[in-house]
Amino acid sequence: MGEKQQDDSASAVKKKKETVANLEKLGQRLYDQMEQGEFPWVKMPSRSIENIRYNPDLRQYVLGERFVKRSARNIRHIRPLSQLVWTAFFAHKLSTQRKTSTLRDVYYSAQAYQMSFKDQSESDNVITDLETVIGLAREDFNVFPEERSAIFGDLTIEYNVPGYEGKRMNLTSHPDGLMIGPALTYSEFVKTSADKVFAIEKGGLFTRFVEEKVHEKFNALLVLTAGQAPRATRHFIHRLNKELELPVYIFTDADPWGMHIAMVIISGSANAAHLRDLTTPDAIWSGVWATDIINYDLPSDPLTEIDIKRLHELQRDPRYKDELWQREIKIFLKIRKKAEQEAFSRYGLTYIVDEYLPAKLEETR
Amino acid sequence: MTQTFEEISPADFFYRNRDIAGFTNPSRAVFASIRELVENSLDAAEIAGTPPDIYVRLTFEEDDQESGIYKLRVEDNGSGIVSRHIPSAFGQVLFGSKYKLKQSRGTFGLGGTMAVLYGQITTHKPARIVSSTGSTKVYIYRVMIDIQRNKPIILERRVLLNKEQWHGTIVEFSLEGDYFRAMPKILEYLKQTALVNPYANITFIDPKGRLFKFSRVTEKMPPPPKETLPHPYGVDVEMVKRLVRVTPHQKMMDFLSAHFHRVSERIAEKFLEFSGIPKTRNPKKLDPQEIVRFVQMLKRFEEFRPPSAACLSPLGKDLLTAGILKELKPELTIVCQRKPSTYAGHPFIVETAIAYGGEIPKGGDFVLYRFANRIPLLYDEASDVAFRVIKSMNWRRYKVSPNMPIAVLVHTCSTKIPYKTVGKEFIADRPEIKREIQNGLREVARGLQRFLSKREHVEREKRRLSVFSKYLPKIAKFSTELAGRERQPEIEKLLRSVNTSG
Repeated sequence: MGEKQQDDSASAVKKKKETVANLEKLGQRLYDQMEQGEFPWVKMPSRSIENIRYNPDLRQYVLGERFVKRSARNIRHIRPLSQLVWTAFFAHKLSTQRKTSTLRDVYYSAQAYQMSFKDQSESDNVITDLETVIGLAREDFNVFPEERSAIFGDLTIEYNVPGYEGKRMNLTSHPDGLMIGPALTYSEFVKTSADKVFAIEKGGLFTRFVEEKVHEKFNALLVLTAGQAPRATRHFIHRLNKELELPVYIFTDADPWGMHIAMVIISGSANAAHLRDLTTPDAIWSGVWATDIINYDLPSDPLTEIDIKRLHELQRDPRYKDELWQREIKIFLKIRKKAEQEAFSRYGLTYIVDEYLPAKLEETR
Repeated sequence: MTQTFEEISPADFFYRNRDIAGFTNPSRAVFASIRELVENSLDAAEIAGTPPDIYVRLTFEEDDQESGIYKLRVEDNGSGIVSRHIPSAFGQVLFGSKYKLKQSRGTFGLGGTMAVLYGQITTHKPARIVSSTGSTKVYIYRVMIDIQRNKPIILERRVLLNKEQWHGTIVEFSLEGDYFRAMPKILEYLKQTALVNPYANITFIDPKGRLFKFSRVTEKMPPPPKETLPHPYGVDVEMVKRLVRVTPHQKMMDFLSAHFHRVSERIAEKFLEFSGIPKTRNPKKLDPQEIVRFVQMLKRFEEFRPPSAACLSPLGKDLLTAGILKELKPELTIVCQRKPSTYAGHPFIVETAIAYGGEIPKGGDFVLYRFANRIPLLYDEASDVAFRVIKSMNWRRYKVSPNMPIAVLVHTCSTKIPYKTVGKEFIADRPEIKREIQNGLREVARGLQRFLSKREHVEREKRRLSVFSKYLPKIAKFSTELAGRERQPEIEKLLRSVNTSG
């Protein structure tokens, strides 16, 4: 595994270099345009709904052929363009000084440079523009969202954030798990004894798994998505799958929303159609299925109207075209019931670990 | 039971019905007295062809200021009054020089006399009149009115030598009033009078000794109106009877072409043929029924030519503009003079103006200035035809939005203004007049629209430029830092191109 490690380490550093280079190239391009007496402009793929398509080969959404040009000659463009340039400048500063920031923090930082954003959604939108223009995720230029999820299991990582360079850490060292924040996201993987990853929707079940030593019994790394997985977490799961070649099993509630949490980890979202490396196409949704509600006779609630409407939407979604998904959607619509992960507690606290988990792993292997 | 009948004189009639002439209460009375005398003075100056210099002074009659008795003095540089007419001019109701057909300010012939009459009944003091026509003599009279007989009583008559060839009239009398309640209207009246007579100097000293001066901005006066004959569409039975009484002509042919406006021999002949009256018929022999029929036929005949506007004296665009600039001090003035038109045989001309910005107050409705024959109309605004026309217009079409600082002016001049009431404060909804006001206002509103559009365009350009000059330097600055360059790129040329490209 030694050789592979070297490559991985090089890739994280390479990515950082690529980010800085891309930002500088953008500045260079705009600078040259102005030097040539031209109004500065940028061109980027359009992110409008009509330009988002599903790519079956990549198994994720991608942007189509349409481009938009944002030019300072246009009175309606000049403000967003100047915001974009400032954001690039700020991202460059973050990257070269190896500092991180949050979306909210970027919004406030702008004011120190007499750049104004109407509200945070305007600044968030400009950050997405910058991702589209330079073709990299905001995490690459050190801007993270607020929400955090966690990981627990036998994986040793090596930090490369300032002050921690070279420092190693085993992810079993804290029983609550470790937050997947900026430092962990770009750490290098050193070694692991695990041979699989469990991604879990709910904090309660995550804690139960840690307590029941699922990581040891099943030789697994446990990732808490805490609802819809943040992009940093999706990227992290992508790395675990790609760099360490670990299969990924996803456990969610048995309802359309749980299904979609699994699907976004697998195939990504339309909002991130301009980005790559956030998806894990080979990850597996292991449960809880509609079928499980019947087979395990789980305590359940009736589906609401909104649930049913959502199921019909998913039924038509190209990401859901595979047999498993279509079958489960049909069963949901037939039984009109949903269940939570905690529902297994009716058979005792360890039932889910002792009985359900081995059975499902066998079934979805 | 026997009823007693008594004949009352015109003076007696107005004594009993002084409300009609605007002398309703002490406050209105002060206002009406000043107004009547100022208007007489303006007319007199115009007859003399001199730009008016009018001096008005109101003082407390006695030391006791609570009594509400004032002395009013109005002085002008007008044509003056011929000596023998002076007592009647101020001591006899309905004695006037205005019973001819031309545009003039008053029409009742009440003005001056009514003020003097009101003074007499509230203070029982004589009026003092000084006047000269510019001859070698100045005449001074002290007169009272014998109300029951409608005759002046001359208490004193003096003659002085007029070394300086002064011409004009000074009227001075006492009256009961309430100046402090009337003050806002009086000042508004003087301001609007100054607006519509920009060639006049008007000075007013109020009882507290405060001086209000409205100075002329031009010596140019509008051409004086010419007298004219009655138009066949505008006469009534009484008027025809009077004409018949005074005419020297013995044949209808000659009678028609001599006494009616714009009736040639050819038209007279056609009309007589149309109405079946023999050309040689003696007008003096027409019986009452024939006169009634004659008037009816006049109205039915469609080939009379419209009356000429030579008898009218509109202010004209230049004077109107000068007056508005002087009294309202707006940013923009647009004026319009409509072509002469007629209603019921009476010629009229409408002048309109819009003033925008500057010192014109913002907020609420437009300020409306109404004038009739160069008299400001200050009361009953909401009943006036001009007010209704303004209300009915869709101002948004002209880019006018609420709360803009806008004043609208409408001046109607005619040999006969169709007032709705004897109070002469608002003009009736005659369709012909309404149409002219409407067209006039539309024209000035279009002018305002052009101005507002142009300014909007300039402002938009300014805003545009400010956006570019705010953000382009930022783009230059941050891309310079991103690119790691020392020197910022040249953006002055780009900014200049924004400025000129519109």
